[in-house]
Amino acid sequence: MLKTFSLGGIHPPENKFSAGKNIETLPIPSQVAIPVAQHIGAPAAPVVKKGDQVKVGTLIAKSAGFVSANIHSPVSGTVFKIDDIIDASGYRKPAIIINVEGDEWEESIDRSADLKKDITATPEEIIKKVAEAGIVGLGGATFPSHVKLSVPPGKNCDILILNAVECEPYLTADHQLMLEKGDEIMVGTQILMKALKVDKAVIGIENNKPDAIKHLKALAASYPEITIEALKVQYPQGGEKQLIDACIKRQIPSGKLPIEVGAVVQNVGTTLAVYEAVQKNKPLFERVVTITGKSVAKPSNFLTRIGTPLKDLIEAAGGLPEDTGKIVGGGPMMGKALVSTEIPVTKGSSGVLIIKDEEAKRKKMQNCIKCSKCISVCPMGLEPYLLMTVSDKAIWDRAEEEKIMDCIECGSCSYTCPSSRPLLDYIRLGKGKVGQIMRSRTK
Amino acid sequence: MSTLTISPSPHVHSGDSVKKNMYGVVIAMIPVLISSVYNFGIGALSVVATSVLACVFFEYIIQKYILKGESTIGDGSAIITGLLLAFNLPAVIPVWIIVIGALVAIGMGKMSFGGLGNNPFNPALLGRVFLLISFPVQMTSWSEPGKFPMKFTDINSGATPLGVMKEALGNGQTPDQILPDLPSYTDMLWGFTSGSAGEMAGAAILLGLVFMLVRKTITWHIPIAVIASVYVFAGILHWADAAAYAPPTFHILSGGLLLGAVFMATDYSSSPMSKKGGIIFGIGIGVITIAIRVFGAYPEGISFAILIMNAFVPLIDKYIKPKRFGEKPATAK
Repeated sequence: MLKTFSLGGIHPPENKFSAGKNIETLPIPSQVAIPVAQHIGAPAAPVVKKGDQVKVGTLIAKSAGFVSANIHSPVSGTVFKIDDIIDASGYRKPAIIINVEGDEWEESIDRSADLKKDITATPEEIIKKVAEAGIVGLGGATFPSHVKLSVPPGKNCDILILNAVECEPYLTADHQLMLEKGDEIMVGTQILMKALKVDKAVIGIENNKPDAIKHLKALAASYPEITIEALKVQYPQGGEKQLIDACIKRQIPSGKLPIEVGAVVQNVGTTLAVYEAVQKNKPLFERVVTITGKSVAKPSNFLTRIGTPLKDLIEAAGGLPEDTGKIVGGGPMMGKALVSTEIPVTKGSSGVLIIKDEEAKRKKMQNCIKCSKCISVCPMGLEPYLLMTVSDKAIWDRAEEEKIMDCIECGSCSYTCPSSRPLLDYIRLGKGKVGQIMRSRTK
Repeated sequence: MSTLTISPSPHVHSGDSVKKNMYGVVIAMIPVLISSVYNFGIGALSVVATSVLACVFFEYIIQKYILKGESTIGDGSAIITGLLLAFNLPAVIPVWIIVIGALVAIGMGKMSFGGLGNNPFNPALLGRVFLLISFPVQMTSWSEPGKFPMKFTDINSGATPLGVMKEALGNGQTPDQILPDLPSYTDMLWGFTSGSAGEMAGAAILLGLVFMLVRKTITWHIPIAVIASVYVFAGILHWADAAAYAPPTFHILSGGLLLGAVFMATDYSSSPMSKKGGIIFGIGIGVITIAIRVFGAYPEGISFAILIMNAFVPLIDKYIKPKRFGEKPATAK
């Protein structure tokens, strides 16, 4: 039997319309907008000003702390202005806007297609390189990768786990990357292992991607320290806690990080970015984005420069369908509803999902019938119905006692609820409040 | 494209609904209904029809004129209460008693607490127990299967296997002497014994259980815990003194035990939320049922047992928590 995580989980319709569509390179737009806050942590500080000339790969905003990330220009041209734009959060936030002229790359970047297998960099050099290249978790969490690779003193890491699950319905960017960039991902894995000083790695892939499993297994034959683990299709297997549980049967205790059980998780897309940064000296300024939806004419996987407006992707996929009711950045379970098609692609954009009008609106909420299905599906073993009630009634100490902070916001409860109750909305509210209370206590 | 909807994730829904769950239970009860009509004739059909119509009617009236809310009868839960109430009544009971039972079940048992999902007790059982206490003669006057009696005067009073067993044991007979005079276990499984309209056909009830398990309307924990604990507790008594206590299989196949375990104890809002809680709840029901049957005044105890355990549900939910992720100690080197 295939492995999976121990508690809860759901299996929504996969709808992977863009599966098997080769990665196409999207044309460079005439203007890009690059938000300086596109990762978890402190926003990067701009190091260019209006009128500056930049090349592809030029550093334009510098990491502003340990948990922060550099940002490089994805295009060559002139800095037009630094101004507030609406980003995926729906708020106005500062961004560097560049007018594109040609496509001139920094000379330091190795643009050849050759596979560079020899890893000459030391662990310290690798981590430094990853930080310099501005690499963040490309699965969507956008946590700066060099932070994860820097194992804190007193902790021990013995295994690297690669997240190739892509458990969100619709999304196929990672799947396609594995098929097309398998060799690079293998080398990237070894680079990460070297940085972490571990001698084994597991790549967890859900069983709905048999071609990727077969391909990586064939490649892994020459890397005995890398295991390919085919996992049962079960959402939210891509959550770090669930993936570690599924692959190596270790459960992270409440409130702790993966390193507590000796594991570090990186996404496959991130692994490729690490390969490119370390072996090819290429900073992170482009990524694969899935554009898909039930009414989308040409669901596709596009290699897209950061800063490209979403409308360019939508045009390339056949235009915005007539019946569009919602545009989601990311997958349908955890993605964010977007306010406009002008929003630029950022490092965390794994996909753009166009949802039909009839599916865009929620159904009317009914009484909780106590069917306990939300408990059955919760991958953290929580009681969503209870967390919703205590959040609604503002009983914050009880919410904390009932482990509201353990919620990973996967949305399985809201997805399942027969009464269409907005469980996760209330739990998010409760988490915000309880988090505030907990922080004020430690002060 | 007109306007974009902005809402927090998740952006998809399973499509499951209250209706689907409720009508799933209704479908699961169809075999019971068929066996009931087969065994008790038109009488059973009229009891069921009266009970269902009365329950739906009272819910509609109360929702519209007292609670002044949107009609809720479409969700199917009133139909379930109506069916369960009918299954708990003799097939020859007068219509006016059924209507009173329906009013108590829906009015007192369900709507007074705020409707579906808020009732602490199983509404149908509340109705049944109200009738049992108020109209003890009519509530224990059963028809014999296969004779299709239509009139209240045609009945054969108090002759359920459980009642016969209780009385005979009280007179000093042993189960071995009594059992040959009672319907065989096979007859009991098919419902060829006298008793309430929908309680008797174990096979039909178990078919409903399988249907609900496959559709994931309920999980196995509560029904299996009830049946297993009855078997174990009755088995211990029988093993200790076979001359004084009926065998466990008899207890499982007689009376309303299976109907209670499968359809009544599993009522969503009056049963615990966690699976562990469900097992404790089920064991409690099993033990109390046998205690009432063996040591109490009534021959049957499942209704009281479920209502008593219903009262413990808030306590069970408070202290019995599902297994949290990460409770198991980490196994890092």
